[in-house]
Amino acid sequence: MKAVRVNNISKAYKGKLALEDISFEVEKGELFGIIGPDGAGKTTLFRIMTTLILADEGEAKVDDYDVVKDYKLIRERVGYMPGRFSLYQDLTVIENLDFFASLFNTTVEENYDLIKDIYKQIEPFKDRRAGALSGGMKQKLALSCALIHKPSVLFLDEPTTGVDPVSRKEFWHMLKNLQKQGITIVVSTPYMDEANLCNRIALINNGEFLDIDSPQNLIKKFPKKLYSVEGDNMPKLLKTLRANDNIETCFSFGDCCHITLNNETKDNDYKEIQPSIEDYFIRLSK
Amino acid sequence: MKEFLTFTKKEFLHIFRDTWTMMIILVLPLVMMLLFGYAVTTEIRNTNIGILDYSKDETTRSIINRVQESEYFTISNYFNSYDEIDQSFKSSENSLVIVFGENFSENLLHLRKADIQIVADASDPNAAKTLVNYLSNIIGSTLKDLNKTTIENYEIKPELKLLYNPLMKSSYNFVPGVMGFIIILVCAMMTSISIVREKEKGTMELLLASPTSPITIIVSKLIPYFVISLINIITIFLVSYFIMGVPINGSLFWIFILCILYILVSLSLGILISTVSDTQLMALVISAILLLMPSMLLSGMLFNIESMPLILQGIAQAMPAKWFISAIRKLMIMGVDAKYVLHEFGALLLMEVIIIGISLKKFKKRLE
Repeated sequence: MKAVRVNNISKAYKGKLALEDISFEVEKGELFGIIGPDGAGKTTLFRIMTTLILADEGEAKVDDYDVVKDYKLIRERVGYMPGRFSLYQDLTVIENLDFFASLFNTTVEENYDLIKDIYKQIEPFKDRRAGALSGGMKQKLALSCALIHKPSVLFLDEPTTGVDPVSRKEFWHMLKNLQKQGITIVVSTPYMDEANLCNRIALINNGEFLDIDSPQNLIKKFPKKLYSVEGDNMPKLLKTLRANDNIETCFSFGDCCHITLNNETKDNDYKEIQPSIEDYFIRLSK
Repeated sequence: MKEFLTFTKKEFLHIFRDTWTMMIILVLPLVMMLLFGYAVTTEIRNTNIGILDYSKDETTRSIINRVQESEYFTISNYFNSYDEIDQSFKSSENSLVIVFGENFSENLLHLRKADIQIVADASDPNAAKTLVNYLSNIIGSTLKDLNKTTIENYEIKPELKLLYNPLMKSSYNFVPGVMGFIIILVCAMMTSISIVREKEKGTMELLLASPTSPITIIVSKLIPYFVISLINIITIFLVSYFIMGVPINGSLFWIFILCILYILVSLSLGILISTVSDTQLMALVISAILLLMPSMLLSGMLFNIESMPLILQGIAQAMPAKWFISAIRKLMIMGVDAKYVLHEFGALLLMEVIIIGISLKKFKKRLE
């Protein structure tokens, strides 16, 4: 049994295609990442999987339940954390947690073990209103609320967007721990550096999946040697490189440029580097 | 059942923690009652009046005394010439002036007629008309009393008998009106806003992703507003009965059944508005324009429905407030039996069925 199975899903909003023929599977206990820029269709896909909207075409199953027919059963067994902080800001931490527990017909005590590690960090502030928490604490509270009913599949839509780097790192550490407890996790993110922490990832752009594989394999698929060129004047550097006929592709990466060549020449001056998921994504989405 | 209670508790917390919501649903009703009761009264009392008396004789003096004695008028100015009158109107010193012609008593005695003029500020025509009426009555009755020995001045005057509200107290009119308005405000507007707030803040997404049924979510959102509306109704009744002296002549049982029915209609309207609005602002504007304003203007609270243009009369029929106010007037002020308000009950019941039907049809168990 697969945790998630999506077959040929398409969805359009007012004639504009948001998702086009998406198919993938997530194994039980897997940490599956969906990586792509804003507006790629990640949230639409999450909402289809969590039974919140209907796809125009195709079918999707979670724990072998159909998202259209068995939507009630799915709602009982998945945890969902939307991209935007969606808890009640005027309720306190503990009130939010209690509320979401009873929403799923359970109590905080019953599943305390599961959320213990995460909740312990915000417990000192349990009587503070959710709206007054810092970004990192809000995210921990949201995750606790999504976990309170011991879901078998956890859907996290851009959980680390707008969170500081330290909290992001912490958050992925928490996900790894949850995975050890047997929970399947489907997570989306626009940050390519987080992709390496997933078992497998899907690269999504403009509503289409570009590739699905483990991060290691995806990097191996990069077909060319990749070089890095550095320079002080980035616009001028880009212009010069793009004028060079032997340079196939050229993208700026912070303070340097990543390039590939049409014809590999022996001993060129460029510094060869290891391609990253981002290099592969840019190459595919070109 | 337990999740239902938690939901209701959560909803009460939302209300109690938001100062503005608390102000609107608990303080506003009292403020409206007091405003309508003491400030915006349509009754006329203590109007300033000016006198220009060219005769200064016995008769004019007794008329002036009568005017002064009446509770409607206070004499603010005595003028010496006609020119001063215009100035006094412009500086709002008085809104009415009586001018007595020369030789008033003598003319009255010998010519059987005398010159008297009432000058009124008609920039508020309704008030001016009422004031002139009051004043003519006072003058007429004074003259009648003075001349009662002469048989020639025999005249027929209609005598009015005002039923149910003999003192023409405006509180008899506005208490039902304020109730009709407040319930629409609390039930329809505040509920629709509170439901749409969950959509806008994204919490509706989480609620829908849970196994709790949408009906439970909505019904538990309505309970607090239902309770608060009942509290408001009772407060308004207590204030109007004990402070403003409005009688409760009819059966309390039927009055409360009527209130509950009207609250349910308003709550359903709130759900309906929430299903068509995506933002709190939109819910606010829709309920203000389509419900609050007509409930104020077209319900018969401020203006008489029968004297409106036909199209407005038609719109008024679709206002739940109109039926509620009409029924509560009959039950409370006239003290009639429940069978005389069947018509109003029927109209409200029909509205409830239609609105609930449409809301259920429009209600979504998913996000779109």
